[in-house]
Amino acid sequence: MKIKTLLMGALASTALAPMAMAERGSDGNVSIIYWQAPSILNPYLSAGTKDVESSSLVLEPLGRYDETGALVPFLATEIPTLENGGVSEDLTTITWKLKPDLLWSDGTAVTSADVVFTAEYCMHPEGGCAQAAKFEGVSKVEALDDMTVKVTFVEPKPNPYGPFMGAQSPIIQAAQFADCLGPKAPECTEANFNPIGTGPFVVDEFKPNDVITMSANQNYRDPDKPAFATLTFKGGGDATAAGRAVMETGEYDYAWNLQLAPEVISKMAEAGKGTPVSAFGTLVERIEINMTDPSPDLPDDERATAKHPHPILSDRAVREALSMAIDRDLLVEIGYGQAGRATCNMVPAPAMYASDNTDCLKQDIAAANQMLDDAGWVKGADGIRTKDGMRLSLLYQTSTNAVRQDFQALIKQWWSEIGVETELRNISGSVFFGGDPGSPDTFQKFYADVEMYANNFDGTDPENYLAQRTCDKMPRPESQWQGENINRFCDPAYDELIAELGRTGEMEKRSEIAKKLNDMLTKDSYSILPLVDRGRVSAHSNSLGGVILNVWDSELWNVADWYRLEDS
Amino acid sequence: MLTFTIRRLALAVPTLVFIALVIFLLLELAPGDPMAQVPLTVPPEVKEKMRLALGLGEPMHVRFWKWIVQFYWIEPQVLIDHIFGTQFAEGKLRMISWQTRSPVMDIVAQRIPQTLWVVGTAYVVGILIAIPIGIYSAYRQYSWFDQLGTFVSMVGFSVPPFFSGVLVIVIFSVNLGWFPSIYDTTLQVVDWDSFVRQLQQMIMPVMVLALQITAQISRFMRSSMLDNLNQDYVRTARAKGLGEYTVVMLHVLRNSMIPVVTVIALGVPAIFGGAIITEQVFKVNGIGHLLIGAIQANDLPMVQTLAFIFAILIVLFNLIADVLYGILDPRIRYD
Amino acid sequence: MTEPRHDPVKDPIDTVAAIVAHDHTTPLGGDAQPDRPPRSQWLDVWDQFKSHKGALCGGIIFILIVAGVFLGPLFWSIDPTHIDIRARNQGPSLTHPFGTDQLGRDIMARMMAGGQTSVSVGIAAMALALFLGSFVGVVAGFFRRMDGLLMRMTDLFLALPLLPLLLVMMLLFREPLNAAFGPEQGIFILIVCAIGITSWMPTARIVRGDVLALKEREFVLAARSIGTTNSKMITRHILPNVLSPIMVSATLGIANAIITESALSFLGLGFPPDFPTWGRLLFDGTDYLQQYPERVIWPGVAISLTVLSVNYLGDGLRDALDPRIRGR
Repeated sequence: MKIKTLLMGALASTALAPMAMAERGSDGNVSIIYWQAPSILNPYLSAGTKDVESSSLVLEPLGRYDETGALVPFLATEIPTLENGGVSEDLTTITWKLKPDLLWSDGTAVTSADVVFTAEYCMHPEGGCAQAAKFEGVSKVEALDDMTVKVTFVEPKPNPYGPFMGAQSPIIQAAQFADCLGPKAPECTEANFNPIGTGPFVVDEFKPNDVITMSANQNYRDPDKPAFATLTFKGGGDATAAGRAVMETGEYDYAWNLQLAPEVISKMAEAGKGTPVSAFGTLVERIEINMTDPSPDLPDDERATAKHPHPILSDRAVREALSMAIDRDLLVEIGYGQAGRATCNMVPAPAMYASDNTDCLKQDIAAANQMLDDAGWVKGADGIRTKDGMRLSLLYQTSTNAVRQDFQALIKQWWSEIGVETELRNISGSVFFGGDPGSPDTFQKFYADVEMYANNFDGTDPENYLAQRTCDKMPRPESQWQGENINRFCDPAYDELIAELGRTGEMEKRSEIAKKLNDMLTKDSYSILPLVDRGRVSAHSNSLGGVILNVWDSELWNVADWYRLEDS
Repeated sequence: MLTFTIRRLALAVPTLVFIALVIFLLLELAPGDPMAQVPLTVPPEVKEKMRLALGLGEPMHVRFWKWIVQFYWIEPQVLIDHIFGTQFAEGKLRMISWQTRSPVMDIVAQRIPQTLWVVGTAYVVGILIAIPIGIYSAYRQYSWFDQLGTFVSMVGFSVPPFFSGVLVIVIFSVNLGWFPSIYDTTLQVVDWDSFVRQLQQMIMPVMVLALQITAQISRFMRSSMLDNLNQDYVRTARAKGLGEYTVVMLHVLRNSMIPVVTVIALGVPAIFGGAIITEQVFKVNGIGHLLIGAIQANDLPMVQTLAFIFAILIVLFNLIADVLYGILDPRIRYD
Repeated sequence: MTEPRHDPVKDPIDTVAAIVAHDHTTPLGGDAQPDRPPRSQWLDVWDQFKSHKGALCGGIIFILIVAGVFLGPLFWSIDPTHIDIRARNQGPSLTHPFGTDQLGRDIMARMMAGGQTSVSVGIAAMALALFLGSFVGVVAGFFRRMDGLLMRMTDLFLALPLLPLLLVMMLLFREPLNAAFGPEQGIFILIVCAIGITSWMPTARIVRGDVLALKEREFVLAARSIGTTNSKMITRHILPNVLSPIMVSATLGIANAIITESALSFLGLGFPPDFPTWGRLLFDGTDYLQQYPERVIWPGVAISLTVLSVNYLGDGLRDALDPRIRGR
């Protein structure tokens, strides 16, 4: 089994991680800077990356994903699978076993009751839990004994690793949060700011939206770790300042997510105090093509709905030509450098789910022009194509963001070369992604012809992500414009295949179906034009060892293994 | 004087309530969503639940009333409890920030020291530099010193802080390595070493801010001095044989300081308000930084409270400036 | 709040300033000496203005900048949005005197386009603030009954935070403005209004103070005694006499508006990234400060120089329009 081999490899690599003869607390202080400041240390109340990752220093799940996307046990003795009997044959239950003698940082024992409580905390109907999706389909969580927890699902779950897996779903202490259930959750400021955890560090002081000071957890399960006695987690500012503080002035040891122009990063690295590292996950910057008509002439409850197919973009030839006219490699070079790679896939990773679809990578303006000519779109005097009285003119929207506006400008120029007129529009991110059904500018409403944004999926299994594109997930007035099928792609064959994926537990089969689904969205229909697989660039100082950049889980997932290099 | 003060105070209350309502309505009507920063991987149903948990489902007037009660009734009780150790506010719902799910006032209290230190120091430094410049510039109007002073203060006006701030960071922390580029808010001044470090990290933001403040105050000082230097009483003073120093430093300066003092008083709310851009550039986690972060995250209770605190300070210091003026200048009579 | 709030003058101060201020225009002042031929007031002002070297230089530089920005594109015809991807990140050269940006767009053309926006925003916002400020100031000063109400309104506006206000205006007015004027014009109008509406208060207070003092003067009494109506009184006697503080406010208002616009761009609340303004160009350039310092220097110098020249202009105007200094 693939997962198993990956798993063994990961175990081996963690085991071999440089120990550097460390002793707990022998390496002094380590300082981390995130340019977004954490505002709370309880990932169940905030889904922001900054909050999830800062809390991962303190709170730990039963298992994490490693840098390859494989599952590694943390608080559990092993990852339950079908083979080892942890997952039942009918795929409806998963049974976790805790490591023996685990202690909370306050010295009390970790038991299965804490795990059961965690589920109760997040599944409380009035709690507004930010990670409720992780617990979707869970019918009950019960403690079989002090060390064993069994999760039962309503229906068969081929991917049962939602609850208690990854940085978003760590275990919280039942004793500390007992009075914080449901509507009372936000009132427990002390617990939310200073959670008791099993992780390598404990919070000394938390200044919301500013800085966290931590020190080593004296009850951490590995007596030699962490190597650092104290940790400073600074938040706020901007990516440039964070990069500068690590790579140029050496004030900080680790800077998160440096969304900067490639030449800026390489210039900073020249200063010689730090090194940028990068890794790739599933975040894909894409252009979604609206399959419905967003014309403002239509009545409000019919605009951009399946009732009216898009007059221009329903033509597959147009969609394919738009894709061919884009030079994805150049986009990467300009916008992301080391932190991006051109892709034609919705699901670019992990490797077992990534389709070998690379046809779109070559820009071919001539062929695109030819294709439009053949489809009956004729260039007019002003260079813009028309057909049956319709001008090939598109409204292209995205959120306000310097890189996205550069992309818009470039793509507009390429499209003008194939006789497509483009009007650009950008909308403030808080409105665009805000999901307010009253606003005309949300990405769900999609009152434009094409739009660009990035999305990814949690963990390593793309099933839920691909299932977002079924017909019934279209945002529409009846659903208050909620729904994840942003471009209103609708194909009964696709829906059928999704259902099949939900019934399939075998890995090879799943990967085959997932690839097929990915291709249906991209190279078969061209209803989504993936552009760039966006990775993560972070930087660490040259004196910090043990950093393994991980995009599948918290970046700070192995902070217990970090240490100070001797000779610097 | 007293009746004037009382009348203005009485008038300040409805003004403040009105301002509170305007701020509240503005924010209610504003676009944006506190859930916009939540990653797209979180499904919309979950986001909707989170919104409800924030209390967004309640009607507008209910929320306004709640906020007013919390601000005027519960928070002062918390303050009293804090000072006297009483239990008035026990179990009452305080204003909760949406970002941090913790009481807004606690965070504000946490941020005020940084802002007061940096912006306050800059204000004092700026005033100390500005007043002599203003005096001498006016006394020697159109001399080279005046021209230079004018030029420097013009530069102070004209160069936006996000330009000068980044420039000094690159020069002093990246190239020369003298000062840290990021303000360390955890630093506690306990001994000489930490005091020096505190000084080092304050120098750059104070420098950038003080330049602006100097620019404003010195221009004001200069024009106020110019107003007075041509007055008859100055001629009289000179005529009766007083030394030039006595004339300028005692007679003219005292009278010129009257409007300048009130201008300085009017600038005090700005110290509490922080310097949004400078704080942003140097990562000084003060009030201004808090406000801009809250606006970006659509943390309405926080924005609302901060905006209202600024409003109170402005109204209050306007009043103080007026009263101060009446006290300092016997020619002014309020009736 | 770093936007330089220029001369946050308070009512009583203005009153004093106005009490001590002398009358500028009226012949009733009667300080024309018999041995000097009568001169026009504006000639005096011009003479004084000329002697203020800084002001003269400022005026000339400001005119040059405005001319360069608006007439420049006639001679420098590269389209600021044209992308020449092969010529990315070039330094200054003959084909691109200011170099090119990360997409190969000509920075000189973008500076001109950005300057048009920035200067237009400055002038338009100033005009709006001036109009509002003078109107409120004159009405409050002239009509006693309106005074309390208008001044409390001024306090209210002074206490309002600019940033949330701007966000609200974006929501409420963007759609209709976009529909009526197109996306770029729409946001232009929005930003001008936002800056104008939040910066008229100092002007209003200064003008009110001056009007209050003027109202008690003999020539106003004389005009009233011959039956001059209120509207005539304001246009013929009051407005010309408060022109000097208004003109000074005007120059400072331009400077203020240009800086505010760039500060908004810096905070990500101004014009969208693909729409060049000096503030936006400066903000985008700060990341590249070390590799391509010229990208920061051009817009930085342009903003600073414009504001500097306008400030000097205002300084000179203030001196020239003040009869106590004039002729010294």
